[in-house]
Amino acid sequence: MDVTILLDRLFPDGHETAFDGVYFDGIGRVFGTEVAVIGTIDNTPIGIELAFRMAGTVLEVVRRHPGRPILLLVDTQGQRLSRRDELLGINGYMAHLAKCIDLARRNGHRVLGLVYGQAVSGGFLATSLLADRCYALPDAEIRVMNLPAMSRVTKIPLERLTELSASSPVFAPGVENYRRMGAITGLWEGDLAVCLAEALAAPVDGDPRRALGEERGGRLLARKVADRVRRDAA
Amino acid sequence: MSSYYENSARGRLAGLLDPGSLVEILPPTERVVSPHLRQLDTPAAFDDGIVVGEGRLAGRRVLAAAQEGGFMGGAVGEVHGAKLTGLLERALDTRPDGVLLLVESGGVRLHEANAGLIAVSEVMRAVLAVRASGIPVIVLDGGTFGCFGGMGIVSRLCDAVVMSEEGRLGLSGPEVIETTMGVEEFDSRDRALVWRTVGGKHRYLLGEATTLVEDDVAAFRAAALSLLDQLSDPGPDLSLAALEAEHAVLGSRLERFGDCGDALDIWERLGVEEPEKLPILDTADFLATVRDRRA
Repeated sequence: MDVTILLDRLFPDGHETAFDGVYFDGIGRVFGTEVAVIGTIDNTPIGIELAFRMAGTVLEVVRRHPGRPILLLVDTQGQRLSRRDELLGINGYMAHLAKCIDLARRNGHRVLGLVYGQAVSGGFLATSLLADRCYALPDAEIRVMNLPAMSRVTKIPLERLTELSASSPVFAPGVENYRRMGAITGLWEGDLAVCLAEALAAPVDGDPRRALGEERGGRLLARKVADRVRRDAA
Repeated sequence: MSSYYENSARGRLAGLLDPGSLVEILPPTERVVSPHLRQLDTPAAFDDGIVVGEGRLAGRRVLAAAQEGGFMGGAVGEVHGAKLTGLLERALDTRPDGVLLLVESGGVRLHEANAGLIAVSEVMRAVLAVRASGIPVIVLDGGTFGCFGGMGIVSRLCDAVVMSEEGRLGLSGPEVIETTMGVEEFDSRDRALVWRTVGGKHRYLLGEATTLVEDDVAAFRAAALSLLDQLSDPGPDLSLAALEAEHAVLGSRLERFGDCGDALDIWERLGVEEPEKLPILDTADFLATVRDRRA
């Protein structure tokens, strides 16, 4: 979905956002609540400049607008694949962004992610996967790698991967797979402003994704194994 | 001297912790394996490539995890990641003096990519929860496969990173960049280039690694112990002020080195005389040469 249409539908009471290339931020109003918006467009790769800039905006919201909810609208094909970004420590920039989002959550900002285009690997890890809750539009795409590339790397025939992905959510791209595994709380359809308002009002407590993945049958071992390691006598 | 690089995950833990102190949780005898690998007719490991447990470091109570590069390059799948998350959450209950992560990982395990990616984000949240509760988390990186992908991000969420010159730390591995973007972007067979881009010496100069040690398990142990004591008081700082300070450091790195195409340019700008000689120095000489030259 085009981001201007998306913003109009999320914030029928109005929004002021400033675009700078593939990056944008600003505020939107939904049923009387002001929400900080931070995002990217055009499936952009997240390199160090973009990660740094998003982190700076999160810090500014925490500093200047205590408690204001934050909505992440990050459309990304993943981390930027570049030797120069690796040279400068892109993993450190991604980690910094993740720390800033976590700081916002700990300081009482509700942080929500909405995948409206693409969400891939490192670009997803450092942003919406760190939100309190992450949602998606039904036609969005979430993946680590497409099946042909996965087949080449793992040496498992593409036919086998395709066949298995019909029943298993565990490796194939797809929003529904991530919903079944608990990483996507739900899909937003219809009145997006209502979806947003409900998500802002819903209580949050800890990381519910393992339990959700188990309940939805998409990730059956993560909760059990983590709980055993946490509680078994050593 | 016992090479950290050449040791297995269990060998590293045995040499790192006080003798006989490691008590493994969900050991291989429990046979908690990945169901997804079996489904793809791929061999599984009875520990899913990670050892987690409790132990002592010079008497201090620690929790420790060690990834085994020998099994699928230490890649993170559902069980592997859940063991790590569970161990970190255990720290919230048992309040050890610190948590040690002996990382060695290519990132997310493609055979269970979605589960692995979500698992890494759960590990990330758990690391930050442990630190926010006042317990330091220390990363040791000197294994054969280095530390890339999501685990490269995880490492930089922690309080400190100890590396050897042989250790590597990054996000996208050189092979991944070469395969996707072409050999002219990153020639993964050029060992010198790979080394000076993601290796321990450059990471130390840049400030991505806290401490650089020799490739020796005992040296890693001494560094971990020293950091544990330094970090225990006043404890991890994830405050707004601390993150603003980190933001300033990363901003200044972009300004100072953003136009550098090679580590040699960065080292020269740091004021290192004869930067081309850094790769051949042993760890002690290197540390003496770059004293006061770190970013």
